[in-house]
Amino acid sequence: MTSFWSIWVIVLTLACLALILGLLLWNLKNYVGVKEGESCGHEFDGIEEINNPLPKWWTYMFFATFVWAVYYLAAYPGLGNWQGLAKWTSSNQGVTSLAESKKATEEALANGEKVQLDQEIIAAEERFGPIFEAYAKQDIETLAKDEKALEIGQRLFAQNCAQCHGSDARGGTGFPNLTDDDWLYGGTPDKIKETLLQGRVAAMPPWKDALGEQGVKEMTAYVLSLSGRKVNQKDAEAGKAKFAMCAACHGMDGKGSVAHNLPFGAPNLTDNIWLYGGSQRAVEETLNHGRAGVMPAWKDILGEDKVHLLTAYVYSLSQNKQ
Amino acid sequence: MSNNNSANKHEIVEKNVGLMAILTVFAISFGALVEITPLMFQKDTTQPVDGLRPLTALEMEGRDIYVREGCYNCHSQMIRPFRDEVERYGHYSVAGESVWDHPFQWGSKRTGPDLARVGQRYSDDWHYAHLMDPRSVVPESNMPGYPWLDENVLDGKLTAKKLEVFKGFGVPYTEEDIQGAEAAVKGKTEMQALIAYLQQLGTHLK
Repeated sequence: MTSFWSIWVIVLTLACLALILGLLLWNLKNYVGVKEGESCGHEFDGIEEINNPLPKWWTYMFFATFVWAVYYLAAYPGLGNWQGLAKWTSSNQGVTSLAESKKATEEALANGEKVQLDQEIIAAEERFGPIFEAYAKQDIETLAKDEKALEIGQRLFAQNCAQCHGSDARGGTGFPNLTDDDWLYGGTPDKIKETLLQGRVAAMPPWKDALGEQGVKEMTAYVLSLSGRKVNQKDAEAGKAKFAMCAACHGMDGKGSVAHNLPFGAPNLTDNIWLYGGSQRAVEETLNHGRAGVMPAWKDILGEDKVHLLTAYVYSLSQNKQ
Repeated sequence: MSNNNSANKHEIVEKNVGLMAILTVFAISFGALVEITPLMFQKDTTQPVDGLRPLTALEMEGRDIYVREGCYNCHSQMIRPFRDEVERYGHYSVAGESVWDHPFQWGSKRTGPDLARVGQRYSDDWHYAHLMDPRSVVPESNMPGYPWLDENVLDGKLTAKKLEVFKGFGVPYTEEDIQGAEAAVKGKTEMQALIAYLQQLGTHLK
């Protein structure tokens, strides 16, 4: 705030307080020329006005609020640029970038200023940080059998992952089921953690132009035949002849990028598990228009320690099968 | 009327409605003069954050759909500086992020979650599935579906005008932005526009 506006706020606030106090003091005096408890000498509709003093409890409360106002304005930011004796503020206002926000937090801490939000976060970190840290030191296989750890992981999952993967983690059209053994980027603890930390961007290109309508039909037949579905053999043969263009990501045998140690996230086409639907129509749509699955990165949002626990939970989902 | 005592100045106000109204306005104007007026001239509240950019033409159309469909009735765009909110949604909202919003979409009620930093949190596909039928991805949701957004196609006739109006509000649109506005949105669905708008929310504080 510029000093003009600072003075503006201070003068108006104090003037307002002074006027309020003045009004109260003025009204405590009997200035109407009628003794207290006697009639003011007029009546309307049978109601007579008596000159009664202000109730004492009310008056004392008024004084109390005034005292409170003075204390409040002295201790907390309220009077323009006056920081307040308590050196308190709710948060670092007016920052224009995350770097600036971080700097403001550090500066306030160094100067002994009390930023409410920062204090809350520090207190929470002191309390919860060691818990997550201790878990982060254990390996994921161990954590996946630790009931307490899984309980925390489950909460994190419900809060951050269930929106896409469902609260039962069984996913939906376009969002992978995490409880089966079919993985796009690998189901080892390391790979799951990598997926969570950095996110994934899948890109199945559209093949409409390259294959043409008939070509898409043929390729669909071949792709469906890979998982043992009944298809038109002639179409499937024709599709197979062109499958080389798909093999770069899905592998020549169509078993997907995990089986071939490739980083593309191309699904296994032979297991009859379909991320975008396994009907002829759905597969044709995938081929025609392509697909772009996105898994967001959680490193900055949750931090590594929480991701570690979350990894254990996700990993456990496909492990405890009977 | 036994009381004609001229010392009773209070009686002047009591018997003079016009004067009473003026004094009332005088009394309550203190609040506005102290709490509102300075905000209009403060750097904190008028300076954009470093990464802020004007909405693209498509995002602007999406914003209008956001307003038209009343999204603000159930979704706020204002992360308050409390730990629980910051942990769930991200960095608290700062004034410099909404200086180019006219009007801002802070909202005041959360039936659904806050959207101030929903941008890039979910994929476009998720937003599509969720806006078509929220329960297809979140079974517990009580949000209505908006399937007509996928059928309505934008003609872009008013888009340039909208950008021009915002330029008048001080949003730095260039001539090129305004001239290219119609072409940028023509043929796109309202769904695409709304998703484009949602995907940029809160991404400018870097």
